[in-house]
Formats: sequence, structure tokens, C-alpha cells
Amino acid sequence: MKKSTLLIILLTIFPLGILGCGDDSSKIKIGVIAELTGDVPAVGASCKNAAEMAVAEVNDAGGIQLGDKKYKIKLIIEDNAGKADQSASSAQKLITQQKVTAIVGPNASRYALPAAEIAESGKVVLITPWSTAPKATLDSKTGASKKYVFRACFIDPFQGRVLAKFALDDLKLKKAAVLYDVASEYNKGIAEFFKEVYEQNGGKVVAFETYTTNDKDFSSQLTKIKKAAPDVIFLPNYYSEVPLQIQQAKRLGITAPFIGSDSWGSEELLKLCGKDCNDYYFSTHYAADASTDTTKKFIAAYKAKFGTTPDDVAALTYDSFGLLWQALKTAGKNDRQAVRDALAKIPQYEGVTGNMQFKEGSGDPVKSAVILKIKDGKFTWFANAKP
Amino acid sequence: MAYIFQQALNALQLGSIYALIALGYTMVYGILTMINFAHGDLFMVGAFFCFLIAFYLHLSFVPTLLLSMTGVAFLGVVIERLAYKPLRNAPRVSAIITALGVGLFLENFTLALAPYPKHIPTLLENTTWTLGTLSISSLQIIVIVLSLVLMLILDFIVQRTKAGMAMRAISWDKTIVPLMGVPVNKIISLTFALGTGLGGAAGMMYGLAYPVIDPYMGIMVGWKAFICAVVGGIGNIRGAMIGGFILGGVEIMVAAFFPSTYRDFVAFTLLLVLLIVRPYGILGKPQPQKV
Repeated sequence: MKKSTLLIILLTIFPLGILGCGDDSSKIKIGVIAELTGDVPAVGASCKNAAEMAVAEVNDAGGIQLGDKKYKIKLIIEDNAGKADQSASSAQKLITQQKVTAIVGPNASRYALPAAEIAESGKVVLITPWSTAPKATLDSKTGASKKYVFRACFIDPFQGRVLAKFALDDLKLKKAAVLYDVASEYNKGIAEFFKEVYEQNGGKVVAFETYTTNDKDFSSQLTKIKKAAPDVIFLPNYYSEVPLQIQQAKRLGITAPFIGSDSWGSEELLKLCGKDCNDYYFSTHYAADASTDTTKKFIAAYKAKFGTTPDDVAALTYDSFGLLWQALKTAGKNDRQAVRDALAKIPQYEGVTGNMQFKEGSGDPVKSAVILKIKDGKFTWFANAKP
Repeated sequence: MAYIFQQALNALQLGSIYALIALGYTMVYGILTMINFAHGDLFMVGAFFCFLIAFYLHLSFVPTLLLSMTGVAFLGVVIERLAYKPLRNAPRVSAIITALGVGLFLENFTLALAPYPKHIPTLLENTTWTLGTLSISSLQIIVIVLSLVLMLILDFIVQRTKAGMAMRAISWDKTIVPLMGVPVNKIISLTFALGTGLGGAAGMMYGLAYPVIDPYMGIMVGWKAFICAVVGGIGNIRGAMIGGFILGGVEIMVAAFFPSTYRDFVAFTLLLVLLIVRPYGILGKPQPQKV
């Protein structure tokens, strides 16, 4: 390599190292791990926006009062690139190098799981806004609750039950087919919970088909589903895949309606799907169009700042930060263990996604779900489902 | 019966796209004995060109197809000139590593410009015809027919034209042929243009059939098409076409008659067995190394 080239490279890299340093003892560092690139970038973008907004609100008000000192918040955002290993290494980096007090994210379960393991062993609080897979907050060895991992959303056994009951009781459809990503923690979990409850309550799952992440051709599985003639098709898959599945199904002449889970709830789904997704239902965490005053305030502020309606990930991230602020205030000091203890003792929290009840010793809140209907290319509130 | 026919149609659609991409691998290998691992990503770029042209210029189907193909073909030639040509006499491993690097560059370059999955606008209104329980969509027919036409054109160029004869000659012997006055560099560029252009066409058709595109879409499809090329006998153009249809057929049929979780597992086991029986691929000829 030429000397000049080497010099240029060094000059480019060197300032990056300096930027990372600096004394921040008067600041509380909070880490965010988000899916900014990779297969679900809309999720990461919402998470990042809401995190920046939550932190800006606190800093604009002068910071958080802990003891006799006011602390400002420093946000450190890491991109996990939609990879499980990078989620784990981001968590490791935030804990050991950046020395954050707590971590928010990752969102998708398949990334939240590895990061949660690292946080638990590093004894740092991790709140995942959007990971609904039960395993995220459970110890991988003992199956008991993790001590340092919390979440702001409901869990999949509940969501699976809500959807199964909705299909049976509200839509009155007794024969269901499921197509899900067998390589993804979340999709697989909720597909199985749905099947279990649906069949217990008198429904019949006539086809239970799988694919693997990044597949684009579902024609074989969909042809099989068509042959089984279901009344309804459940697609518990991410927003970037659902439009392909629905469009291909329609091309194969499938006319049965589709239902989905909270992974549908991104505005991107509407863009990718066009009018093909109209009149289908899915369960999610909150409805932007039927909400309380706290929620309305949040939605207005978010819209003013970013120009879009906040999706469920944004709302849940905002609530995760709300929980964190409350824990910091109760703890009264910038200390990892104290924050964890304070967080574990919060009995309930009134967030923008509704009321959350926490049981001591578990990181999972008990909260209600909503069913949304896609109507004329918009998400509209359809029903509430109580826990 | 209609079920099997429906699945056969699905297999033809998937297989024809695999075959188009496999052709790019096999052509480059045939002429340079080098595996262009960036080909899967050129395929992805083809889909993105199609998106850009359809979204911003609002052109109709045929001009979009021609422009995407030309764009990708041009890119392929530029890549060959800048990245591969300097390494033509270097150890083969260097060329392969470079190809992987070019692929990663294309992925991350596209990622930097378009981190979100994009939806390709509808270029052709789709109609679905129903015959009993059988559904045939016009899109399926277009993908299959267009792929076959492109393959026939390629076969004609390679087998019946002077340039094609030069390509075959270069792949036969790289040292003697230039002495006969064949412009080697031009022919290699032409080969790259044809191979990557077909990859671009495949990208566009893939984008029409599966209209959500993202910068990583080329990785898995690229690997699968590479396997098709190997199964058909790498370096052999008709072999790549056969390989594409075999893999498409096996994938669809395995998912059709077994639990779909077994699809890739059964498909690739079958391909491994096939390679044990015919190590040089279906149409490949053994080439003993001269020491």
C-alpha cells in the first residue's frame, strides 16, 4: 500500500476514535439497540425516533433530578443491522465500553433474545419495547424470570389467544390455515400459540405451512393451503413479507381473508401492500385513532417532529423510556443495580399504549391488545381485547 | 391432478428465474474459469434499476426491461474492467475474493441509498384465469415465456454467431485464440454484458413476480443459482438452464408433498446425491488436470 493511502486511511479513522471519548459524569447514558438496517428497518427507525423524542423531552426540561443534582441524558444508539450476533455484540459494547445505565431494545424477538442474554449476565437493565416472545424475559437455563430484562408489550401466548378467539368468535371462521417463518422466534411462537388455542376452542387448523427468513416464493405452500380450503389464513409474519404472501395468494386464486399479528403494524405495510391488504384484521398494541389524552399528546408531538403517525414500535419505545425515567427517579441515583430494583417494584404504569400492570418478579406487563382493521389503506380501530 | 399442474407452473416460474441467473455464473466461468460471486448482487441491482425506472420515469414494461438490462450489463462490464481484469493472471483465489468484495460493495451501496424494502410499481396488470381449481396468472406466463425467449436468444448468439464462436474458442484455449486475431478483451466484455444483462432481466422479473425488493435479496437467490450452474455442469450454458429448472422443480415439489420445513433440506440433499453420481454436473465434461 502506498504511504499516502495509508495516511488518508489513518486520518479518516483517527478522529472517529477521538469523537467517542469525553467526560460525561454529569450525564446518564442510556443505550438503544435498534434494527436500523437489515430486514425490518422501519421498526428500527420508529424506535430511534421515539427514543430521541423521549430523551429530548427530558433534556429540554433540564434533565432528571436524582438526589440534589440534575442529570442530563445521553443517548447512545447502536444499529444491530438485523442480525442476531450483532445484537449481542451491540449489547456487549454498550455495557462494557459505553458503560450505559440501561438499554432499550432490540425490538424483534429474534434480536431481543441474544441481547437479553448479554444484559442478564452483565447485570444491566434491558427493556425491549416490542419483543413479544415469552423467552425474552425468561432464563434460558432455568426457565424462571430473568432479573434484568423487562418489556413494554404483551406476550405472544396472550396475543395468540386474542387472535384465535377473534377468528372463532367475531369472524365466525372455523377452518384456519397458517403460514409462518419457521426460522424466526416470534413467528414460530405465535403460530403455535394460535394453533393451540384455536383447536382447543373448536376450530380446525387445516394447513400449518412454513418457510424460512428471506424466502420470496411462497407459491408451493400457498397452493397447498388453497387445496386445504381454509376459511381464514393467519400470517404472523413481518411487514416486509406479508404483502408478498397476500399478493401471491391472490394470484393463485385464494379468496379467504387474512389475519395477522402485531408485526403487521408498520406504516410500511400499507406502502408495500397497496390495496391488496384492505379489509384484513390484525392485533396490535395500540390504536392511533382511538386513544386517551396522554396518547393523543404523544401522537401530536411525534407527528410534529417526524411527520408520520407513530406506529406501535414508536409508542412502545416511548413507554419503555417512561418506565425507565420512573425507575431512575425512584432509585434516586445513577446506578445499574438501583435502577433494576426500582424498575422491578413498579406496580403499574399508565403509558401511551395503555395501562400496564407488573407482577413482582416478572418483567412482563399485563395489558390489553387492540384489533385493527385495514380500511382504505389506513389502520382503523376495530375492537379491544382485555387480558 | 390440477394440484400437480398448479405446482408444476409454480416450479416453472421459479425455475426460469433461477436458470436466467445461473446463466451469468456459467458464462463467466466458461470464459474466465472464475466464479463471479457478485452476480447475485448484480441481479439485485437489476431489480432496483427496474424500481427506479418504473417509479421515477414511469416507463412501460418493455422499455423498463431493456433499460434495466442495459444498465446492469454496463455495470457488469465496468466491474470486469475495474475489478477483475487486473487480476486475470493472479491466483484464482484473489479473483474470487475480489468478486465477493464487489458483491458486498453493491449490497452495502444499495443499502446506504435504500435501507427500506421497496415496492415495485405494477408494470403489467395481472389477470388470473381460472380453469376448475387451476389458477393461471398472466404474470406467471410472462415470466416463463420471457425467460425462455431470452435463453433461446442467448443460445442462438453463442452457437450461431461469430462472437459466440469466439466466446467458445476462448473458453477452449485462452493462449492460442488471441494469436488467431480474436479480440479477447472485447469478447470477455461481451460475455460479461450478456451474462449480467440476463441477471438484470432476472432481477426485474423477480421484482415483478415478488414485488418487494431489498438490498439483500440477491444473496440467497445468488447462491441457489450458483448451485444450479454447478448441477448443470458449470461452464455449460444449456446445463445452467437445466440446473435452474431442476432446482426450481425440486424446491416446489418437496414443499408440495412433504412438510414445507423440509424443503431446503431435501432439495439440497438431492442435489448433493446428484453431484456424487455426476461430479461434473449433468452436462459437464470431466476435464483432467494436465500436470
